[in-house]
Amino acid sequence: MKKITSKADLMAMYDAAKGRLALRLAGAKTDSKKKDILICGDTGCLVSNSQDIIANLRAEVKAAGLENDVNVIQTGCFGFCAQGPIVKIMPDNVFYVKVTPEDAKEIVQKHIVEHKLVDRLVYVEPTLKAQITDCQQMPFYKKQQRIALRNCGVIAEENIDEYIAAEGFQGLAKALTEMKPADVVQEVLDSGICGRGGAGFPTGMKWKIAAGVQADEKYIVCNADEGDPGAFMDRSIMEGDPCSIIEAMAIGGYAIGAQNGLVYIRAEYPLAVSRLQLAIDQARELGLLGKNIMGTGFNFDINIKLGAGAFVCGEETALIHSMEGLRGEPTTKPPFPANIGGGYWGCSTNVNNVETYASIPIIIRKGAAWYSKIGNWNCERDENGHWVKTISGNAGTKVFALAGQVNNVGLVEVPMGTTLREIIFEIGGGIAGGREFKAVQTGGPSGGCITKENLDTPIDYGALVKIGSMMGSGGMIVLSDKDCMPAMAKFYLGFTKDESCGKCTPCRIGTRRMLEMLEKICDGTATEDTLVELEKLANTIRDTALCGLGQTAPNPILSTMRYFKDEYIAHVRDKKCPAGTCTKLYTLKITDACIGCTKCKRNCPVGAITGEAKQKHVIDVNKCIKCGACIDGCPKKAIVKE
Amino acid sequence: MPPKNGEGKGLTPKVKGKNMCECKLSEGAKAKFAELDAFIDGLGINVKDDRRRGYLIQVLHKAQEIFGYLPREVQKHVADKLALTEAQVSGVVSFYNYFTTEPKGKYIIDICLGTACYVKGSETVLNELERVLGIKADAAPTADGLFSINALRCVGCCGLAPVMRVNGKVYGKVTPAIARTVVEEIKAKEANA
Repeated sequence: MKKITSKADLMAMYDAAKGRLALRLAGAKTDSKKKDILICGDTGCLVSNSQDIIANLRAEVKAAGLENDVNVIQTGCFGFCAQGPIVKIMPDNVFYVKVTPEDAKEIVQKHIVEHKLVDRLVYVEPTLKAQITDCQQMPFYKKQQRIALRNCGVIAEENIDEYIAAEGFQGLAKALTEMKPADVVQEVLDSGICGRGGAGFPTGMKWKIAAGVQADEKYIVCNADEGDPGAFMDRSIMEGDPCSIIEAMAIGGYAIGAQNGLVYIRAEYPLAVSRLQLAIDQARELGLLGKNIMGTGFNFDINIKLGAGAFVCGEETALIHSMEGLRGEPTTKPPFPANIGGGYWGCSTNVNNVETYASIPIIIRKGAAWYSKIGNWNCERDENGHWVKTISGNAGTKVFALAGQVNNVGLVEVPMGTTLREIIFEIGGGIAGGREFKAVQTGGPSGGCITKENLDTPIDYGALVKIGSMMGSGGMIVLSDKDCMPAMAKFYLGFTKDESCGKCTPCRIGTRRMLEMLEKICDGTATEDTLVELEKLANTIRDTALCGLGQTAPNPILSTMRYFKDEYIAHVRDKKCPAGTCTKLYTLKITDACIGCTKCKRNCPVGAITGEAKQKHVIDVNKCIKCGACIDGCPKKAIVKE
Repeated sequence: MPPKNGEGKGLTPKVKGKNMCECKLSEGAKAKFAELDAFIDGLGINVKDDRRRGYLIQVLHKAQEIFGYLPREVQKHVADKLALTEAQVSGVVSFYNYFTTEPKGKYIIDICLGTACYVKGSETVLNELERVLGIKADAAPTADGLFSINALRCVGCCGLAPVMRVNGKVYGKVTPAIARTVVEEIKAKEANA
């Protein structure tokens, strides 16, 4: 492969490669015989046999003699994971959902050869109950603005040529040839981008501090230890657009004066690790990593460091210790990682999150003025309680992993200032199964829940904190009336108890005590005094724990107690679980609606149900394990929780 | 060493562990150690370099891949090769969830307890697996050595919640009944083998 030794080389390669994407860009003419068939090859869709779909599509295309006109391309995530695997046909903009390998023949024959839609695979909008073929018209995409995810689902993820065709590395070229390091820092500062890992510290400020340190050896680190259970945007970016991370880290290295880049990535993401390694190898081969990049004298290389399953390693000091082969325990700041003595092997180190990096190349390429106009709102309530947006300097988009009891589970990227209602009910298509919206949890185990009253809150770091939650890394779990809030708090505490590194007492012992109290509440053995103690302990831990993990661990408790006190009271006073999920607080009973179809009897794994055919059945509560198999199978909904 | 259920994962290299290792590692162990040595030697680590410790987690990943778990002998071997103390190695092994000092079953069932899976009912799937197999998550395998259950947090397939993996193969939208069927199928396959 020919090396890229100057910006002119890069632009020549771009000119040669850009035709590859012609069919996939908005506004491409649809009358051509040429088609690109795109299929998601990320973890989620791979599981659903997307590899077989690709193989079958290729075979069908070949069988139809169309291999010169039709390309079958494995891309990154389209974001619409609930409907996966998805096959998208460009330039027609047609979106086929829940495709199986057996559908390949029909797609090629009907859509490509006969120019007809494959009706049964077209997406049906859950709120409109109508088929939508053009994905740009889908409510799921309409309000989104994909910047960090700009290449995911567009380019082939394992081919650096496609990244270059998508104007890749032009941000780096611009930085290296037209800007001084200080200009790059200023550009990022002016763009208004803040840390997308959740803390929201201005990225440009971080770079400015690191750039100001005089040292020969500095490090630029990518925090890819995506630990929030339920957030997967970083995985998607690394799998779908790994080159953007490489370009951004090189830009960051140039800006702060670092020659070494490290990506700290969770071992739970093997596909992301291999895609990123492949992208690094390809970039090295082209001379986009290594010595004298694009003939500018700038040297930079990136290596991968594997994590080993510890949530606390998302905290930057803990992450650095883990990279040094130590237990991933956090230390107090200062010294900050940027300070001498605070970073990797004591060197000045800058740590940013994957999603933050993914936005950097396009910010440099298009300029701070462009980025800072997106979602640049400061959200404050006026005296009437209405949200007022003013320019904040905190700009851009945020990716959320929408999951839980919502119709459109997937990855969504929206400008700051979009409201929760827009995300959940328009993009997300509302609550699944016709249930009632109860709350949405943001910020993962460190965050809190947001209720119906606050659904019109605009997404903004400060605004979310004011209503008792936080932005976090972007997990957004939608809860319905069948989710029990004390049980949710118990779930999160189980997580933080497991993940407490044990260094400080409030977190190590406190999280365990809080979990025990929540277990008692959910088992119906707690009293109202337990609630008082729990709240007191939660406040103490919040004020005294060493690092972010411990300080925020009580948040799920405090926020659910604030908004759902009645549910806690029902558990301790009436020994009832209003949502019907706490198994110790109900028994299953078969009502007179039973027609004696014997289905529940056959479904029961422990033989707890007795009864003759066409006679009402009975559940032996002593044998019943409350697995719910009988409820799921009952055609008459005759089994109830009491 | 407090983390991980407080069950003293860090204290595991005790007598029981040691005895087990001796019998488990005797057969074919030489080849495994040779493979590990070849990997470590390939890293070009300078034992006088203070930064050699930075390779530790990478080496432990490889060791666990080769041996399936990290018994005390393996930890000691890694410590010697990297010129670290056994305590330094053990401290790291006990800290991270990914490392295990107990052998695992032939079929490792990972059950995702991430938030998205939890709200979709992964706990009921876990309860059913624990009931059917008679073992607990993150504990010793079944007596026949066939199964272990790992509870883990988010494999990033939230669109398929709840998710279960058996030796890496992912099952999406799992119910207790599906989980039970998967286990029964494996048992039947093993009985016929």
